Amino acid sequence: MAAHLKKRVYEEFTKVVQQQHEDLSTKKLRLTKPSKSAALHVDLCKATSPADALQYLLQFARKPVEVESVEGVVRILLEHYYKENDASVRLKIASLLGLLSKTAGFSPDCIMDDAINTLQNEKSHQVLAQLLDTLLVIGTKLPENPSVRMRLVEVACKHLTDSSHGVRNKCLQLIGCLGPVEKGVAKEAENQAAKDVQKIIGDHFNDQDPRVRTAAIKAMLQLHERGLKLHQAIYSQACKLLADDYEQVRSAAVQLIWVLSQLYPESIVPIPSSNEEIRLVDDAFGKICHMVSDGSWVVRVQAAKLLGSMQQVSSHFLEQTLDKKLMSDLRRKRTAHERAKELYSSGEFSSGRKWGDDAPKEEIDTGAVNLIESGACGAFVHGLEDEMYEVRIAAVEALCMLAQSSPSFAEKCLDFLVDMFNDEIEEVRLQSIHTMRKISNNITLREDQLDTVLAVLEDSSRDIREALHELLCCTNVSTKEGIHLALVELLKNLTKYPTDRESIWKCLKFLGSRHPTLVLPLVPELLSTHPFFDTPEPDMDDPAYIAVLVLIFNAAKSCPTMPALFSDHTFRHYAYLRDSLSHLVPPLRLPGRKLVSSAVSPSITPHEDPSQQFLHQSLERVYSFQHLDPQGIQELLEFTIRDLQRLGELQSELAGMADFTATYLQWQLLLIKALQEKLWNVAAPLYLKQNALASAASKQILEETYKMEFMYSGVESRQVVIIHHMRLQAKALQLIVTARTTRGVEPLFGMCEKFLQEVDSFQRCFISELPHMQGSFVDKLLDLMPRLVTSKPSEVVKILQTTLRQSTFLHLPLPEQLHRATANIIEPTGESDNPLRFTSGLVVALDVDATLEHVQDPQGTVKVQVLYPDGQAQLIHPKPADFRNPGPGRHRLITQVYLSHTAWTEPCQIEVRLLLAYNSNKSKASTRIPKSTWNESLEALPPSENGIEGTIPFSKPVKVYIMPKPARR
Amino acid sequence: MPEIKVTPLGAGQDVGRSCILVSIAGKNVMLDCGMHMGYNDDRRFPDFSYITQNGRLTDFLDCVIISHFHLDHCGALPYFSEMVGYDGPIYMTHPTKAICPILLEDYRKITVDKKGETNFFTSQMIKDCMKKVVAVHLHQTVQVDEELEIKAYYAGHVLGAAMFQIKVGCESVVYTGDYNMTPDRHLGAAWIDKCRPDLLISESTYATTIRDSKRCRERDFLKKVHETVERGGKVLIPVFALGRAQELCILLETFWERMNLKAPIYFSTGLTEKANHYYKLFITWTNQKIRKTFVQRNMFEFKHIKAFDRAFADNPGPMVVFATPGMLHAGQSLQIFRKWAGNEKNMVIMPGYCVQGTVGHKILSGQRKLEMEGRQILEVKMQVEYMSFSAHADAKGIMQLIRQAEPRNVLLVHGEAKKMEFLKQKIEQEFHVSCYMPANGETTTILTNPCIPVDISLGLLKREAAIGPLPDAKKPKLMHGTLLMKDNSFRLVSPEQALKELGLAEHQLRFTCRVHIQDPRKEHETVLRVYNHLKGILKDYSVQHLPDGSITVESILIQATAHSEDQGTKVLLVSWTYQDEELGSYLTSLLKKGLPQST
Repeated sequence: MAAHLKKRVYEEFTKVVQQQHEDLSTKKLRLTKPSKSAALHVDLCKATSPADALQYLLQFARKPVEVESVEGVVRILLEHYYKENDASVRLKIASLLGLLSKTAGFSPDCIMDDAINTLQNEKSHQVLAQLLDTLLVIGTKLPENPSVRMRLVEVACKHLTDSSHGVRNKCLQLIGCLGPVEKGVAKEAENQAAKDVQKIIGDHFNDQDPRVRTAAIKAMLQLHERGLKLHQAIYSQACKLLADDYEQVRSAAVQLIWVLSQLYPESIVPIPSSNEEIRLVDDAFGKICHMVSDGSWVVRVQAAKLLGSMQQVSSHFLEQTLDKKLMSDLRRKRTAHERAKELYSSGEFSSGRKWGDDAPKEEIDTGAVNLIESGACGAFVHGLEDEMYEVRIAAVEALCMLAQSSPSFAEKCLDFLVDMFNDEIEEVRLQSIHTMRKISNNITLREDQLDTVLAVLEDSSRDIREALHELLCCTNVSTKEGIHLALVELLKNLTKYPTDRESIWKCLKFLGSRHPTLVLPLVPELLSTHPFFDTPEPDMDDPAYIAVLVLIFNAAKSCPTMPALFSDHTFRHYAYLRDSLSHLVPPLRLPGRKLVSSAVSPSITPHEDPSQQFLHQSLERVYSFQHLDPQGIQELLEFTIRDLQRLGELQSELAGMADFTATYLQWQLLLIKALQEKLWNVAAPLYLKQNALASAASKQILEETYKMEFMYSGVESRQVVIIHHMRLQAKALQLIVTARTTRGVEPLFGMCEKFLQEVDSFQRCFISELPHMQGSFVDKLLDLMPRLVTSKPSEVVKILQTTLRQSTFLHLPLPEQLHRATANIIEPTGESDNPLRFTSGLVVALDVDATLEHVQDPQGTVKVQVLYPDGQAQLIHPKPADFRNPGPGRHRLITQVYLSHTAWTEPCQIEVRLLLAYNSNKSKASTRIPKSTWNESLEALPPSENGIEGTIPFSKPVKVYIMPKPARR
Repeated sequence: MPEIKVTPLGAGQDVGRSCILVSIAGKNVMLDCGMHMGYNDDRRFPDFSYITQNGRLTDFLDCVIISHFHLDHCGALPYFSEMVGYDGPIYMTHPTKAICPILLEDYRKITVDKKGETNFFTSQMIKDCMKKVVAVHLHQTVQVDEELEIKAYYAGHVLGAAMFQIKVGCESVVYTGDYNMTPDRHLGAAWIDKCRPDLLISESTYATTIRDSKRCRERDFLKKVHETVERGGKVLIPVFALGRAQELCILLETFWERMNLKAPIYFSTGLTEKANHYYKLFITWTNQKIRKTFVQRNMFEFKHIKAFDRAFADNPGPMVVFATPGMLHAGQSLQIFRKWAGNEKNMVIMPGYCVQGTVGHKILSGQRKLEMEGRQILEVKMQVEYMSFSAHADAKGIMQLIRQAEPRNVLLVHGEAKKMEFLKQKIEQEFHVSCYMPANGETTTILTNPCIPVDISLGLLKREAAIGPLPDAKKPKLMHGTLLMKDNSFRLVSPEQALKELGLAEHQLRFTCRVHIQDPRKEHETVLRVYNHLKGILKDYSVQHLPDGSITVESILIQATAHSEDQGTKVLLVSWTYQDEELGSYLTSLLKKGLPQST
């Protein structure tokens, strides 16, 4: 064998030499490849001691090997392998074989035989294990070759009797990864390996080494993942493994049991020590519940997690998990939860408790008390009280999943979830609040529970409070006292943390609209109206008063009798709030008053939103302006833009759409204005000043196009075309302006060429869209293309100018959903008069808290900009961890910005704003284009075009007063 | 039969004065050395004369182990070591070693200085006693002597509380001390591995109780404090200096932090100051949360809790005060109580059990008018609340620990007899292990079945292991070899080596057996028939027909001769060595059945 190998290797060398003679220059690259194996061979032959050889191999392993030379290298290594006496070197060679087989593009079937051969004479267990690992790599590289796999599995089975755990481990792993999955294949190959792999693996569940037991279970799970249906018989074996001494075995066994319970949920298994029988899923559930009080926390986490996904379990088993029979001195005791419930139902809420209130009542029959049930008893009670917060979180998650599928369980687990609101770890509290929100459809909070929930409103963590507000948004409250309590607590929260204003108002909005009948009896009290006396009018700017009004108005929406209780000023306030906080205050049908929406005739079908209609109508109107005179067009555009902007403010759901259209129209308006400048008609070159409007307009248009492309989420390809088209027009305008203002032709050459290239790339990128763009600028331009390419710059400019004027206004199709990326800086508020003092040259941290809406990938795009009064600007990239994601399309940036400056004499304001970074390379268009075309165009285009990176400010700047003091000496 | 003997000198069917004597494989170990709170006479300390009437204790005891720093577990230690006289090692964990002398000193002061007792241990004695203490780490195996080793496990309960495993050879005992299976705000839950001891000595304070979730209690407690403070009332929490006090401090501290509250919290100084210092030091003994966050902030460096001054009690506005002692029977807590009792806005929260006769017990049982010294009548208008914050395992917790450790026997101490009875019955029923509950002075003897280690040469082991299926740790395996008992050690060697070592000549033992077969044919024909018959049956063995007319099956020789009298009967001589006994006897029985009818 070795001789044969050697021959092959030498053959390779001779080939090299020949090539060298034949063609030196062209095949240079290929020359190095065989020489690599040759070098290795030389090195290994040179090596005098095993340590030397090992060093060479280690060095060799660091360098990558090309696909073509892998086989040669493998031969060399194998040859050396047979000669080598030292186990460590052989081990390294074996591992290198595995590494080399992984090389992409290399098909390892040619070395498989050799690798299997090496196994036969190997004595060292470590090397054996490594070789099996190599075989595993080879096997996974050849997925579509069942016969190879069969062979490998056979080899593995043979080595299963090895005395070393490492070897058995690898064998099991190999069987798990490569064992036949389909029954058909097993029958075809009529050899020994066709034996049931499950049986082979199952035999090793009782191996003496825990590592092998773990590997066996993992192999079984691997088989399951690959689609083999595991036998039900394994279940009883797996159950025994739950009592294993080693945690990794138990952990894997829990998983296996879970898998089986999902496979055979309805089978019946007997309960040992009795002649009853239960469903397998129930039995498995009980067993996994038992593991929630395991000694190892790893197993506990595992068990708690898996519980959540066992939804087929019967309800009485499920409810047991929350049941822990209390007793004291052998007498039954009620849990605090039960007592609370009883107090509540007896109508006596929150009595001052006395000592012995929880005194045990009935005697318990000592025989009936089962201290450690094999069933699910109290699993969640234990899980939620666990020492490790990982277990608690897993338990909360599991509770959430189970409660979502079972309303009765949701009702039961409520008490426990509420308790978790007081956990010492914030993460757990947050998780349980979120969980509660998710299941809130199924539950109604009792007053005492609400009380506990509301107590958390005073938490100093903003995340917790906001999560709680979200929860309250979708909670059902049972009594009017509950509503009152919630309102009072929310107002308390408002006074303590005024920054929560928006979130609290929103919360009250939903609370009101969900419980109109409960709010109704509270109205007089809340508005402090009196049947006989006039009460003073409350302050309209008081956030607390606004909060109350938001609650009432939203309740009044579905409660027509409520407005009768309002006093005069309430109506006035309604009108004011409806206008200023339109997203919080719904339209109301008030007596004696015309409703805004009442103008709409009732014939309109309800699903067609009138405002949506308005939007489309105004757009239609604009598109038909062709017939108007220029002045008329301008006016129409201006009015439409104004309308759209107002519409956007009023209708939050249409804001993105309206803004987008308004920007588009704005652009058109600017273009028209720019082109209408009288100056164009003057033949002579213009001064820059004279042309200020046009050049400014072209610049602005360019900016707007970037805004339109990157600031809106939901922009589709049709819009992208139009935006790019706009950009092209803006660039044309720019070109014209420059042509008219600069003397000399030389700079124009470059610009013209660049522009033409852009047209070209536009055509290539959007070729499919061109038919839709009849009569547009590009359409016309492409017609003239042959002429443009050949003509002089001045000619080009002229042509462009006329085409720009003649081109029609493109119809902007609107996508279904369009949202504008917005950011709102909550902190700093910019209202402080106290300057932030710090020593110059040192750093001060400024907390920035902002909400971002509809920003895709905020981690990559959102930046913070700080502008100093001296014009110095600083761009800060927040850490990815600073972004939180409280809901779909919403993000929250909470970060610290480090400021520093040299000393100032006076405190001065700096501006902080958020920027949206974009890269035209990553434009939405490019993702759509097939890669090959893009690559070609990439080569063709000048690099400057591809890499345009810029930023769009998308939040209002906030001013912060700072004062760097000179350092004291 | 080897046995383990356990004699409780205290805490047998009783709470207080924990002191348990264990003799295991010739070693005597004393577990805990506590005092009894209820007595002021000789009964407060265990009766050490039980151990030895005359002669030094050091000669009888190999070591003393203290599980934690509560006085009912370590209170008699200076008396025992200095006054009775013991010079051997005393083992306890590091925090226990640090805090224990503070408590002992305090105890001494109260007994000697306040009550004026004489013949009590002195400060110097405490110091001398602590010099004999060897501190151990968690999970550290300490070799007391060559055979006896001990190992500490985390027990929760209080800072530094530990469970101890005492091991001699392969016999072992686990003593739990006091432990808690549910974690709280500053301590984790007790944990033990599957050490499968011969005996588990467990406390059973709450043998008949299954407790409610701790969260409800915490929430109730916090809500009450919060409400009172918001009303502008003052809250008094009488506590004992160590243990629960820290738990409540952490609870209030984190709550204040979370809710951004401003009302001051005070802690009456003294003992606590020193103890808190140790809590800060031994952060590794606390729970996950405190351990993980101490880099940012040590939870025991309280931000909101300040030292109390006598003058503060008269300050207006809300406040929370922790004051010692816990049962309102004397000291600062009683003084503050008298000041605040008259105002219904104020509140007193009793976080633990109160002994009968104390003010604490009186107000808890609903008494609203108290007679103070000097015929003074104190009217209690303030709210009185009771909150139990105990750190013992409940019945479920005890069962859980037993499940984790998998002992072969369980022994209950530190609890009331009636309650133990219930738990004992449950343990026997659920785990099928025997359970004991000796009274003080009563000795329990537990028979053990220790394994005896035998050395085996690797060659022999490999040779024997190669025969038959793979070795399985869970199944006993039969091995052939010679057991040599020499110089107090056991060795399993191959027979050849044994002979060599012992200088004995090898003797062979052969069995010979005659089997009569009715066969009229000639001898060699008979032999041939036998040969074919055996060949047919024993396919796996080498059956040979030798030229001299005999048959060998492996090493068994079969010869046939005609019967001297009756030619029709052939005598088969079967001969085999001792080693082949199995096959030989099988062959004989086979041949005795006769040959099959010739075909």
